[in-house]
Amino acid sequence: MNADYAGLFQALRPEAYLVIGALVVLIVDMIWARHRPANRHHVALALGLISLLMAGYAAATSGASGAIYDGMFQLDPLSVATRTGVILLAALALALLPDAARLRHPAEFTAILLFATTGFTLMAAANNLLVAFLALELASLSLYVLAGFDKASPESAEAGLKYFLFGGMAAAFLLFGFSLLYGLTGTLRLDLIGQQLAQQGPTPLLIVALVMVLVGFGFKAAAAPFHLWAPDVYQGAPAPAAALIASASKLAGLVLFTRLLWPGLGSAVGTIAHLPVTVGWAPVVALISGASLLLGNIGALAQSNVRRLLAYSAISHAGALLLGVIAAGRTGVGPLFYYAATYGLTTVGAFGVIGALESAGRVQQLTDLAGLHKRSPLLAGCLAVFVLSLAGIPPLAGFFGKFAVFASVLQLGGLAGPAGWLVICAIALSAVALYYYLLILKQALVAAPADNAAPVRVSLSATIALLIAAGLIVALGLWPSAVLELF
Amino acid sequence: MNALPCTIYVSFTGALLALAIGSRSAMAARVVALLTALTAWGITLSAASRFVPAAGLQELVNAPWIPDFGIRYHLAADGISLTLLVLTGLAATAGVLFSWNITERTGEFFALYLALIGGVYGVFLSADAFVLFVFYEIAIVPKYFLIAKWGSTNREYGAMKLVLYSFAGSALVLAGLLWAYAAGHATGFSFPELVAATGRLDLTQQTGILALVFLGFATLAGMFPLHTWAPTGHVAAPTAASMLLAGVVMKLGAYGCLRVAMPLSPAAFAVLQPYIAWLAIIGIIYAGLVALVQDDFKFVIGYSSVSHMGFVLLGLAAANSIAVSGAVLQMFSHGVIAGLLFAVVGRMVYERTHTRELAALRALPLHRLLPFAAVVFVLAGLASMGLPGFSGFPAELTILIGAWQTNPLWALAAATGVLIAAAFTLRVIAVAFFGNAGRAGPLGPPDFEDSAARPAVAPYPPITWPEKAGALLLLGATIYLGLSPDTLLNWIRPALQSPAFHAILSGGAP
Repeated sequence: MNADYAGLFQALRPEAYLVIGALVVLIVDMIWARHRPANRHHVALALGLISLLMAGYAAATSGASGAIYDGMFQLDPLSVATRTGVILLAALALALLPDAARLRHPAEFTAILLFATTGFTLMAAANNLLVAFLALELASLSLYVLAGFDKASPESAEAGLKYFLFGGMAAAFLLFGFSLLYGLTGTLRLDLIGQQLAQQGPTPLLIVALVMVLVGFGFKAAAAPFHLWAPDVYQGAPAPAAALIASASKLAGLVLFTRLLWPGLGSAVGTIAHLPVTVGWAPVVALISGASLLLGNIGALAQSNVRRLLAYSAISHAGALLLGVIAAGRTGVGPLFYYAATYGLTTVGAFGVIGALESAGRVQQLTDLAGLHKRSPLLAGCLAVFVLSLAGIPPLAGFFGKFAVFASVLQLGGLAGPAGWLVICAIALSAVALYYYLLILKQALVAAPADNAAPVRVSLSATIALLIAAGLIVALGLWPSAVLELF
Repeated sequence: MNALPCTIYVSFTGALLALAIGSRSAMAARVVALLTALTAWGITLSAASRFVPAAGLQELVNAPWIPDFGIRYHLAADGISLTLLVLTGLAATAGVLFSWNITERTGEFFALYLALIGGVYGVFLSADAFVLFVFYEIAIVPKYFLIAKWGSTNREYGAMKLVLYSFAGSALVLAGLLWAYAAGHATGFSFPELVAATGRLDLTQQTGILALVFLGFATLAGMFPLHTWAPTGHVAAPTAASMLLAGVVMKLGAYGCLRVAMPLSPAAFAVLQPYIAWLAIIGIIYAGLVALVQDDFKFVIGYSSVSHMGFVLLGLAAANSIAVSGAVLQMFSHGVIAGLLFAVVGRMVYERTHTRELAALRALPLHRLLPFAAVVFVLAGLASMGLPGFSGFPAELTILIGAWQTNPLWALAAATGVLIAAAFTLRVIAVAFFGNAGRAGPLGPPDFEDSAARPAVAPYPPITWPEKAGALLLLGATIYLGLSPDTLLNWIRPALQSPAFHAILSGGAP
């Protein structure tokens, strides 16, 4: 093994900035900011954003230089785009911090958020089972803490605990699957695993390993039947944490598993584009996808809590994203990345609106949004953009994401097999989805405000973050090629 | 001609302006909306005056948009599009005039209204199925808010039902188009490319694709049995929105059927043709019969819309150049007449009497209280019945002649719809406007002898100038077209000679 430390450091500059930033935030808070409670949030926010911006710049300019440090990491266009994307999403989530005034330890929150982001960026580039697992756990452990960060709220504690228990279980399955893969191939590098498996052909043990890995994937993507944590976590977690869990974590997870499934386990994909179906991971992913689409859309219909509604909507989007994973190996990762990244932007935005509103009172029920157009036209307008994008209304990015993914899945084999049928099912369910999305907008834009509702004052950073997110959704919806051409 | 794409941009810019200015001054928002609608209409008229009818679409804009999927921002127009563009401008202007009295959140109302108009212009100008679909969906969402916020009876239900039907229809369209694109290995979404891609598949798949796309568009055109959104939606909508919905938005569906769905596969269309025709005929008769027994004034008009749109669909199904040109003429004619009827019911009558119950209106001598409304409604009603001299006559006659050429049975069955239309229109005129007079006879009952002594003979505010202007505009259009239908037919007929329609129109004829 020839250790190229210079190359490694060069490639991991974003992670270095993030970790150093996290430490600086903690130190500054300990020796200076915590004696000035009025400014504590702002100091943490400013330092966190600076560190994220530096990391984001480093990630965007790092260049796709290929395998790093003996194949530990893979810097291809996908990992460059994903690292930049997760850092942007994390910065948008962090900008919501000033409105989450009930969080009493902003510096710790910021630092843990930066650690989580480090985990995401490593997940995006990992090309080695061990690195992948460590990155995933770094991100997950940080997210468990963030979900339970609101110490004054029992729901937050419940969210943290539930997320932790489910996550721990999923990690155990995943690690077991990894150990089987290592046992089968004798290597941890994904490309070498792929070569080995292509020679060996499918074995029963490989199928077991695949199922184990997919359990971990399903958990990370909040796909049915591994979705049970999502509604509770989305409901209880502080808004910035929920925004991070719903967006950056999902994007990083999807990219990690797409890398694992296609270059690593690509030989065991099976086929669902035509009948008869052959065994592999694609049929299993298709099953998970179909279950998520059905359960997410139908579950969302029954929700009266806006955060739980967003969770079920996330489950249904996970179903569509998994379809994209199936197509990614054949038609390129562009549509999948576009969908996941723009979906992340919309959920950060949606939770951003909820978070900004929470500075003026609790936001749980749909009716808590009533009269938003009077209380804050800005928030109402942004919410309309985010929700309509989730519903897939053009010219917003959510529409083109779905369109591109569905088109690429259909290109596999038309309507000749289950993949095509799932697409038709997903398109049909999008009409169901519009119903519950319109319920949100009906409260926000049509209903009159409650008698005691005060105007909402939104912090500057949250305003900017929301405008950036909404602007990007419109711009990327109008010029999707800006993202698609990266690949 | 080359300025036509500006109708889209002007409308969206106007929407933003109205939104920005509306929070300060409602009157400014109204003026912005009126100017925007007039400008866009002026653009279509000036294009129409310089229009040289030709077979095939005349290029306006053609630029790459999303090269990864071969999607181009491609706008083009022919006589059919131009007919509907002029209609859109007319209906939009009249709609602004009839919503002059909106006082609540005026800026937002007109912003949504103009966004809807912009989407409609976009659909009629699109020459790429993806672009058409995008504009089509842009036109769907504002409808929800227009109805749910500014509507009347049962508005949230009506709005949701209408939007979900439209969106479900567009989901069918998307499924069909993606199917053709992916299975047929198309390199883009331009109409000829999709036709070629569909042609590469077997007949079963072609039929499936055509059925999906046609059904999706026909949902918005109010095809039986998927029409139920239309009456509830129209009734719940504020006047200007009902005018637009019935006048223009339903035409989006019919236009999509004609422009996108039918040319996809002549063979598959031949398979589906009788089903479409009979569904259209059932729609004509069924909706007419339902309109005959409604208690709510606006529901009568809502169902009459469905019945008249049935003629459009029948004209398309008959698939020969006479029937299809009649169908396009009927789109224009119905757009004008339905707009007029909804304007009288929703704005002139309902806003003053605050009831639409025919039983309650029967007790009011509306022909004396609101003579202008009564005159307009009687004229519009005559036009709607298809009396010569109004646009409904040449349109429905052309469709019936064309349908006869394909299958005389269709024409006979649909002709009963004309009778039913006369019945429900005359009934509603008699009950709503001449209720008391009708029962009391021409001489008037004794209690009307001393009507001069009654305190308030005209308790309602008089008809305002925007209402009069809007009504005269629409009336003028229907009478002009009734006298000179060739103005439009001369645009439409050459457009049907284009290769895109050739296979369909020759294949459908006997």
